[in-house]
Amino acid sequence: MGITQILFWILTVAALFSAIMVVSSKNPVHSVLWLVATFFAISGHYILLNAQFLAIVNIIVYAGAIMVLFLFVIMLMNLNKSTEPVKNRWLQIIGILSGGCLLLVLVAALRNTEVSKNIVEVSTGDAGLIKNLGRELFTTFVVPFEISSILFLSAMVGAVVIGKK
Amino acid sequence: MPINYYIVLALSLFSIGIVGVLTRRNAIIVFMCIELMLNSVNLLLVAFSKMQAAQDAVQVAAADGQLFVFFIMVVAAAEVSVGLAIIVMMYRNIHSVDINFLNRLKH
Repeated sequence: MGITQILFWILTVAALFSAIMVVSSKNPVHSVLWLVATFFAISGHYILLNAQFLAIVNIIVYAGAIMVLFLFVIMLMNLNKSTEPVKNRWLQIIGILSGGCLLLVLVAALRNTEVSKNIVEVSTGDAGLIKNLGRELFTTFVVPFEISSILFLSAMVGAVVIGKK
Repeated sequence: MPINYYIVLALSLFSIGIVGVLTRRNAIIVFMCIELMLNSVNLLLVAFSKMQAAQDAVQVAAADGQLFVFFIMVVAAAEVSVGLAIIVMMYRNIHSVDINFLNRLKH
């Protein structure tokens, strides 16, 4: 078992454990912090797959900007004590059961597909480097890139309009 | 690394997000679980793009898959800003973020 496989299993266990803690912790601030831990584990997976640009963007955009926005809103609303009432135990059990059924069906459906024997290229390859992605982004995908800037502008205007109401 | 491991990991993260959406009442935590589901899909897309890079020598399809992840991140950032603005507005109107009180969409 090489170093990449050991790192893969460590990152997998970290991602799954912190994702379960996001769902199961009572305090919303703890949920946000566990979600940041999940995003760091997923960024570790990106680095292991040699997708360096996406790893850095994941840390900066998700763990840096979006999660701080969530934390801001939670602390602004003063929700950091656990105010959520546990009303119906049966609804929670049924939710967990249906999520488990979805996982079972998807894994069973994808287990015997013809791609499932293929090997993922780990820690080599230059497809995820900034040079290649930047060249693709500004030649082939330049129109969707500009359209996404218009999307950002409209999201900014929408957030300001909704917030001022 | 076989692609099977990445498929099972991404599906497990997606199902944990589904369970969170179905069981939690706090609207912000439901929103965070949706972010978790988006990230599991991103991880699977990157794994498939690296699988494609291992299959053939032409690296264009692999870069396409990773740029798709980049655009998903762009859309998610815009979605989070508008969604949190809506949640703040609802909190100002009805003083709660419990989604049992948010099921009427008029107030």
